[in-house]
Amino acid sequence: MKPHTDWLAHSILCTGVALFVLPLWLLLAGATQDGGAIARGELSFVPDLRNLGIFWSVLTDRAPGGAPVWRMMLVSAALALAIAFGKIVISLLSAYAVSFFRFPFRMLCFWTIFITLMLPVEVRIVPTYAVMANFGLINSFTGLAMPLIASATATLLFRQVFLVIPDELVEAARMDGAGPLRFLRDILLPLSAANMAALFVIVFVYGWNQYLWPLLVATDPKLDTIVIGIVKMIGGDTVTDWNRVMAAAVLALLPPVLVVVLMQKWFVKGLTEGDK
Amino acid sequence: MATLELYDVRKSFGATAVLHGVDLALNDGEMLVIVGASGCGKSTLLRLIAGLEVPTAGRIVLDGRDVARLDPAERDIAMVFQNYALYPHMSVFDNMAYALKIRGLSRDDIARRVRETAEMLGLGPLLDRKPRQLSGGQRQRVAMGRAIVREPKLFLFDEPLSNLDAKLRVTMRAEIKRLQRRMGVTSLYVTHDQVEAMTLGDRLLVMHQGVPVQLATPMEVFERPATTYVAGFIGAPAMNLLPGVLCQGGMAVDLGRGMVIPFADGRRDGVDGRKLTIGIRPEHIVLAPDGVAVQIDLIEPLGSETVLIGRMDDGELLSVKVPGRAPAGEAIWVSFPAAMLHVFDAETGLRLG
Repeated sequence: MKPHTDWLAHSILCTGVALFVLPLWLLLAGATQDGGAIARGELSFVPDLRNLGIFWSVLTDRAPGGAPVWRMMLVSAALALAIAFGKIVISLLSAYAVSFFRFPFRMLCFWTIFITLMLPVEVRIVPTYAVMANFGLINSFTGLAMPLIASATATLLFRQVFLVIPDELVEAARMDGAGPLRFLRDILLPLSAANMAALFVIVFVYGWNQYLWPLLVATDPKLDTIVIGIVKMIGGDTVTDWNRVMAAAVLALLPPVLVVVLMQKWFVKGLTEGDK
Repeated sequence: MATLELYDVRKSFGATAVLHGVDLALNDGEMLVIVGASGCGKSTLLRLIAGLEVPTAGRIVLDGRDVARLDPAERDIAMVFQNYALYPHMSVFDNMAYALKIRGLSRDDIARRVRETAEMLGLGPLLDRKPRQLSGGQRQRVAMGRAIVREPKLFLFDEPLSNLDAKLRVTMRAEIKRLQRRMGVTSLYVTHDQVEAMTLGDRLLVMHQGVPVQLATPMEVFERPATTYVAGFIGAPAMNLLPGVLCQGGMAVDLGRGMVIPFADGRRDGVDGRKLTIGIRPEHIVLAPDGVAVQIDLIEPLGSETVLIGRMDDGELLSVKVPGRAPAGEAIWVSFPAAMLHVFDAETGLRLG
């Protein structure tokens, strides 16, 4: 490659990096500064290193909305994990059924799942709320997590993975005497491990970032997720402590980033590796 | 160690009938090769015996027990697949041990049996490898090992050598034969390769369009093909099939071009003028200066012999195999030795006498 195109590519990349990093840097820097100054628009790019203790204080003190941030993060983590594991289990099993078994209305089942792709949470939020209310699950952790677990996308992903598994492999396992559950455990699960990991990352972040549904279904402050909590810290009757809001936002960023970084290798493998 | 009997086994997929009634009996320890072109139903037959498909009708009796409706796992049959179908995430050891594990053998027994089998196949140093780290021939060996280690009643081979290169195929062919002899396990081997069929089988079953056409030893199939289909299928290059009519009161055949050849093995039934198909193998045709002229179109030198493909004066194709190099000139003159003729009915394609 020629030097000047190299230079061009680098400048474009650097602009991109700046676009992504700058807001995060402002967040980090802002958290350590005086709330009043930020409110007046005097946000400095230089973090005040003497105020690093703010993160600890935000994490442990009670926020204006109610619970301390660590507690809200715990709720978020539990919710994200429940959604991630729930989704993987449900989707894996339904994809297994649709891909490997011949039963009446199999294609109807498949298409029903497929069609729900067109109905995201926001579209079906009112009927979903009604259903949860009838079950008496409003203001409960189950009510928070359950509607977010069903997923057509994940089912389709697993179905694609299963479709490329050669018939002979299934037949070899049958000849070896493996029943359906054994085949699922010994052959399918190990073969789709990378895809499960990729799905876990995506769904964990998705669950962590949920806002609308938790806002609607859980009014009990005990069930406040960190996203809800941050919103509650803004506005209201009192003056907003912008530095504390920013510190909370930084803390809220950490778990999803951690999940992505730790599972990066598997994530890429699961999304790119086609045939086994 | 078992016998296998098939009684009128039929299979249809929807309205399409694939097998039109197969009867078959395998002796204990026998290697039977099923051969036929693609779509003849040979793989379906194998899958029915394996239990991967359910027959539409008929009985499959393994060691005196009708297994036609049993699950594959309950039949005690092992199968070697064309693409090996090794479990990609398991080591060679685990691949071979899997069936034994499912049967609940003790850890020590499994290790002992896998190691014994691996030694026999020369897989000892590879036990910890994953299938993707193996060459084609090694994978093939593991697939065999996985079948052998189970000590099944019956081995099924579904074109196991077709994914290997030519040289390896010859080596593995010999190895399969040696192993099968040594273990004495009743085996069914499906292939479309006639060399495999000829060399491996104690007996051959030639299938054509869902019907078994001939069941005999390889040499018998070669020397006395039951129909024109078998005659054209077994042997390379393929047998020449020429039209002729019965003459001289059933004692000879008139092939036209002034060729009237008396039958070496006696009279055929029917009135003079009955339409026949006469088969003669390319290697049985002899060069004769006073014979029929053949214009050469194509010369295929095979080294120790040469195949000449040409036309007789009426355009009829004829292939001739001669030892050594091709004779000089654009034409050859040939004659057909009476003892080497195969006589078939032109209508039914069935062998006469």
